[in-house]
Amino acid sequence: MRDARWHARLTLGLLLAPALIWLGALIVLPHVDLALLSFRERVGPRQYQPSFAQYRTFFGEPLYWHVFLRTAVMSVIATFLTLLLAFPVAWIIAKLARGRAGSLLFIVCLIPFWVSETVRTLGWMILLRESGVLPALLVKLHVTSMPVELLYRDSTILVGLVYTSLLFMLVPLVSSLESLDNSLIEAAYDLGAGGFSILRCIVIPHAAPGITAGCIVVFMLTLGNYLTPTLLGGKNSQWFTEQIYTQFITRFNWEQGAAFGFLLLALSTAIVVIGLRASGQRFGDVMQRT
Amino acid sequence: MSTPDLVADSVVKRFADHAAVDSLSFSVARGSFFSILGPSGCGKTTLLRMIAGFIAPDSGDIAIGGNSMRGVAPNRRPVNMVFQQLALFPMMSVGENVAFGLARRGIGRAERLKRSLAMLERVGLAGAAGKRVDELSGGQRQRVAIARSLVLEPTLLLLDEPLGALDLKLREHMKIELKQLQAAFGTTFVYITHDQSEALVLSDHVGVMSRGRFEQLGTPQDLYYRPQSPFVAGFVGANNRIVGRTTRTDGTLAEITSADGWVVHALKSGTIAVGDAVEVFVRPEVATLARSADGLPAGQPRHAGEVESVLFDGANSAVLLLEAATRREFRIALPQTGQFSDLKPREKVLFSFDPNRAVCFAARADA
Repeated sequence: MRDARWHARLTLGLLLAPALIWLGALIVLPHVDLALLSFRERVGPRQYQPSFAQYRTFFGEPLYWHVFLRTAVMSVIATFLTLLLAFPVAWIIAKLARGRAGSLLFIVCLIPFWVSETVRTLGWMILLRESGVLPALLVKLHVTSMPVELLYRDSTILVGLVYTSLLFMLVPLVSSLESLDNSLIEAAYDLGAGGFSILRCIVIPHAAPGITAGCIVVFMLTLGNYLTPTLLGGKNSQWFTEQIYTQFITRFNWEQGAAFGFLLLALSTAIVVIGLRASGQRFGDVMQRT
Repeated sequence: MSTPDLVADSVVKRFADHAAVDSLSFSVARGSFFSILGPSGCGKTTLLRMIAGFIAPDSGDIAIGGNSMRGVAPNRRPVNMVFQQLALFPMMSVGENVAFGLARRGIGRAERLKRSLAMLERVGLAGAAGKRVDELSGGQRQRVAIARSLVLEPTLLLLDEPLGALDLKLREHMKIELKQLQAAFGTTFVYITHDQSEALVLSDHVGVMSRGRFEQLGTPQDLYYRPQSPFVAGFVGANNRIVGRTTRTDGTLAEITSADGWVVHALKSGTIAVGDAVEVFVRPEVATLARSADGLPAGQPRHAGEVESVLFDGANSAVLLLEAATRREFRIALPQTGQFSDLKPREKVLFSFDPNRAVCFAARADA
């Protein structure tokens, strides 16, 4: 009896071991180390002492916290735009397209992800740069007299971020819309509701966990994205991940970089918590939808 | 006479190459309970969805309360529907479910609350307004679904097999409750079902539907005692069916001989000549069972049989016999006197039935 229970525990432990090792070695340990790094200050060659100097620098230097806020606001906007764009697509896949057409549409949305993110972003650059396809087309159509530079703008960054995130919004949305019983929509229609009331009273409340799940995933991906803002925004991008990169790689200031990393983690956690509170969702319910 | 609440005028709906509803015309009187009875795939759901407005007829017209419904969207029709799976809104409380339609009509919050609470009380759910939908039992949900529709005071309430999902006991109970609700509200109900007992118990009139058409439209008594087609005779109530050819006709009666030589007598329905292939239907309660010849009514043709099995089901008990010569199954309802409670399998018995209460039809081409 006791033997059997011990056996069961051992089996469970062995099965969980790879995940636990992965979690411990790659996530917990580095973060503990980073946390220690962020709370110390270099006072001389190879001499360190505990301090809050790194965090003080962040709040004292306007550039840092401006970039920090800008990254947060742009990420929220990108998340919202992705939701607006993905919702109709998800509706078509889940409700209007029947059987094979639905899965075909889904695959069409998936295809761009077979290409690496770098290549996709470079594709946008080919399309948007001053000597690129779109500016040339605008000249040809007499919309502009000269080719315009479409890269290195905030809107360009947003386009790139939305494009990269679309699929991650689509998956939870489709699954939550698919589980919506069509007869609920018909019943609401039958009881006198119009399209907007049905969306507001039936569809959105039902899809809320999916919407929240998609938003959390997209927001975190966007906030932590490095490649897209750097390539599409160029020097003007001012993304917070770039600041972290600069501290670690260019400035070799690991202490400052670690502090920035933790600030970003705190930011994403705070915004997710606020989002969950505002939409009245619980984290557990939401994660079941992803 | 007031205008009927529902008039269908040669309504047709085709899917690909088959007609789901094939030029149907009928009307439903105000305040009556009308059922459409048919097997699955007969087109009854399509018909109901056309009345509700979810699909448009290819041709013909549907008028509700005297107004043509052509081009009128479901949310603008004076019709509400109780869905098969009820389709209560799980994201709302019971009270919000009932008030949903009122809110869509722009009725103020206080009035909405008053009316929905009053309606819940009328269906026996006072105090349930604050509950979540999944806290209710099957029967209570049923009542919420009906209350949600009736609170809008529709001209017509459509019910799409709403009892299908309930267990037997609750179904029996809800049958009675539905009938009482309809009587209390006086709203015209159009009810679709494949369950003949529901249709017979509940309805003032029943349309028996098969392949997009009404086989017969009449009162439950008409359908049961005076079926006009072999389909209705076979579908409504239990029936013994004997297939054979007419060997003699005598006024209103015919003598039918089955392929294996059993001779029975039945009332002719329609024109039937000697030599025609026919189907005979004999209700289990029409036949009399006896252990000896003097137990049978005089003047009825007698048949011999052997008990195959006794189907005890309280008031609905029956015995399954094998006709002596042909070994064909024949079902007879057992009398309530308990006279045959000691009947044993393989016991030899006699039975007879009044030919005037059995009926024969020209055989269907595909039967």
